[in-house]
Amino acid sequence: MKRLLLPLLALVSTPAFAQTIAITGGKVVIGDGSAPIERGTVVIANGRVIAAGSTVAIPAGAQRIDATGKWVTPGIVAGFSRIGLAGVDGVDESNDTAAKSSPFSASLDIALAVNPDVEAISVNRAAGVTRAVVSPDAGNAIFAGQGAVIDTGADHDPITRARAFQFVEFGQTGASRAGGSRPAIFATFRNALAEARDYQVGRLREDSLLKRADAAALVPVITGAQKLVVHAESATDILAVLSLKREYPTLSLVLVGVTEGWRVADRIAAAGVPVIASAVNDLPAAFDQIAATQSNVGRMKAAGVTVAIGMIDDDDTRQAMHGAQYAGNLVALTRVPGATGLSWNDAFAAITSKPALAIGMGSEIGSLQPGRRGDVVIWDGDPLEVTSGVEAVWIDGVRQPLDTRQTRLRARYAHPQEGNLPKAYDR
Amino acid sequence: MRTSWVLIAALLAGCTTGTGAKPAAVADKAAPPKVNADPYPSTYKPYPGVATAIRNVTIYDGEGGRFEKGVVFFSGGKIVSVGGPETPIPADVAVFDGAGKWVTPGIIDVHSHLGDYPSPAVAAHSDGNEATGPVRSEVWAEHSVWPQDPGFSRALANGGITTLQILPGSANLFGGRSVVLKNVYARTVQGMKFPGAPYGLKMACGENPKRVYGSRGQMPSTRMGNMAVNRQTWIRAAEYKRKIDKGETVTRDLQLETLAGVLSGDILVQNHCYRADEMAQVIDMAKEFGYKITAFHHAVEAYKIADLLKENGICAAMWADWWGFKMESYDAINENIPLVAQAGACAIVHSDDPNGIQRLYQEAAKALADGRRMGINISDEVAWEWLSFNPAKALGIADKTGSLKPGKMADVVLWNGNPLSVYTRPEKVWIDGALLYDANDPKLRPVSDFELGQPGEGDTK
Repeated sequence: MKRLLLPLLALVSTPAFAQTIAITGGKVVIGDGSAPIERGTVVIANGRVIAAGSTVAIPAGAQRIDATGKWVTPGIVAGFSRIGLAGVDGVDESNDTAAKSSPFSASLDIALAVNPDVEAISVNRAAGVTRAVVSPDAGNAIFAGQGAVIDTGADHDPITRARAFQFVEFGQTGASRAGGSRPAIFATFRNALAEARDYQVGRLREDSLLKRADAAALVPVITGAQKLVVHAESATDILAVLSLKREYPTLSLVLVGVTEGWRVADRIAAAGVPVIASAVNDLPAAFDQIAATQSNVGRMKAAGVTVAIGMIDDDDTRQAMHGAQYAGNLVALTRVPGATGLSWNDAFAAITSKPALAIGMGSEIGSLQPGRRGDVVIWDGDPLEVTSGVEAVWIDGVRQPLDTRQTRLRARYAHPQEGNLPKAYDR
Repeated sequence: MRTSWVLIAALLAGCTTGTGAKPAAVADKAAPPKVNADPYPSTYKPYPGVATAIRNVTIYDGEGGRFEKGVVFFSGGKIVSVGGPETPIPADVAVFDGAGKWVTPGIIDVHSHLGDYPSPAVAAHSDGNEATGPVRSEVWAEHSVWPQDPGFSRALANGGITTLQILPGSANLFGGRSVVLKNVYARTVQGMKFPGAPYGLKMACGENPKRVYGSRGQMPSTRMGNMAVNRQTWIRAAEYKRKIDKGETVTRDLQLETLAGVLSGDILVQNHCYRADEMAQVIDMAKEFGYKITAFHHAVEAYKIADLLKENGICAAMWADWWGFKMESYDAINENIPLVAQAGACAIVHSDDPNGIQRLYQEAAKALADGRRMGINISDEVAWEWLSFNPAKALGIADKTGSLKPGKMADVVLWNGNPLSVYTRPEKVWIDGALLYDANDPKLRPVSDFELGQPGEGDTK
């Protein structure tokens, strides 16, 4: 109840430039896979992490925050999400994830569509998610468009990096978007890259299949300047995607989903392609996920793959915070005979530094290493444990409000009986 | 058995055995066959088990009781004794020492579509919604359930699920009958059916029925249309029941048989309903027609009317933190479950999901912790009622399962740690005293026919 009373005014009065803050006494997790540091200190200044560890000098004049008995970590990075693109998923008018009847595809850019006022932003912020990889959803083409990396701050500037990647559907969904078969994906893909090259050298033909804007959007994909995030689930589809690397060596590939990755983990590792995996898929939900197992992430990690956790097609507009629960479930596997899980340290990295690395922003976000953005969360317990809660969040060094529509409703209905005035007057 | 099949049989057979006032000419003819109220009877038999004792564990008995260093002893498929360390253990039984572990009743999910929306989720398997008319109370979910759904095994091994209700979907106002299953693989659905469990009737409020039919230019297309079709249907059902009660001859009508079963109290209403205002409407409708709502499912706004639910003795089956996927889930809050429990109403954690069913214990833990942070102090052992005893009540089987009480079915989970933690998994699961999952024994890990011979067969999953 105390947290929810944090006044909305705090948001208004938050200084635009964060002051120097020293968070002391807490169990500090860097997020890079290293072990938690007991009674550590984290210092942030000018919106960046200055230092984090057990022996850290606290700058004079720093605001001190006592986190004794708490956990202090980098903010959670949602490895793959569609946060900010929908107010309510089922209300089409409020849902900008996919453009099912647009003539454009690869050029679609979500940067101006991310709405920091939607509830998914505040709810995830209050649950410790400070950054998110946000992707469009493929509408009527294999290319969905250009995704961004965002923050979940309570302000009107959500974009950390616009056009961070192009998203493309391979596998089952790609087949349906390409016209009905996997061969059609490859024909479409090769043609698109060829036409983008034509565009690059000023020779895009009038009768090209791609719109000019879409061809232009694929140029940085060809050069490798922009990541190409590819959705594939089955072992066969994963290998097909890896083969693109031989055909187009400059592509900067990232794999998403990858439910059957464990079956070809050595080959993913050898290709050096990072993975943003669905963490706990264990059902043969589709014919490209027949071999699903929760040991997938652990086995890929053991094989040397860089693995982050993401939430593709798993309430990806809203529930990125479940990534922490999933990471905890991967730790649980270490106690199940025959299963392969992740150590706690690796599991926490899988929802912080690993997604940042996968998307090419490891030097900016996802850990408390010096120089990273000042995204810090104080938890009342182990952040991977479902019973733990968030007590404070900073994004770019700015303290964030943690109240949401949900906490306001909670306060209004803490006692459901009628009062002297209707509930509409309780606030 | 709280609701009686005998009653249903008598009701449905009334037209043939009733009054004796019928003309002799009719009576002299061969009597029409009696209506069989249980034409697809359970053939489930408990699998063999051995007398088993677990000692030195923390026990939540499912009805709010807790024992430290406790003992659970079951034999012949039934719980024999539950208690503290002093509880006697017979000399000749298998004894598990569970230091650092927990024992609970098996978890019961009151809202599942396993089998009728199985994996893989392809169109050929999509058997959960008879979306061809808003009133489809004549369909029975058990006639859709594919007993080979790989989802049953995940619910067992990862979720500790021992009993579950399979419901038809929510496209219709009246979706059809549910079936309650023991979570065991069998060649037939009948081999999974929970013996003696009453049928449920799936009803749905709100967006789904009005969208499905409204988009076809058909009634209902609005919430008022939902209510109108509901009420007109109850009027027909009441008339049908009245005729049967009076011993009049009626042509059998499967649709109305189910509804008459509700009106006579033998079939339990399981009502998909999100919004507080709609739940209140439906409560009034139940009073108008004289039936009882057993549980609201997906009751996202239950916290707004917890007093009303308590007053009317209706359970609320809820998610811990699902929200925002459609308009009627927009007002979800994480404290819904503890707020309902605090008001003294019957709170249930449910899944409606083949993945969520594997983590219901984690969902309960989340809700419990969120409740505590707002000052609602419910103990772990009382919160376990949300997972076993309250769902058993809502299914009409609380006299048989849902808690570790002597004489009840030995539906038992041994957890490898605190079951209200993300780091915990079932170590062993017994159903009617038979060990059907053991994390330490790969042979006790079910592989459905579908999975046999496919990649990943027999994996830990």
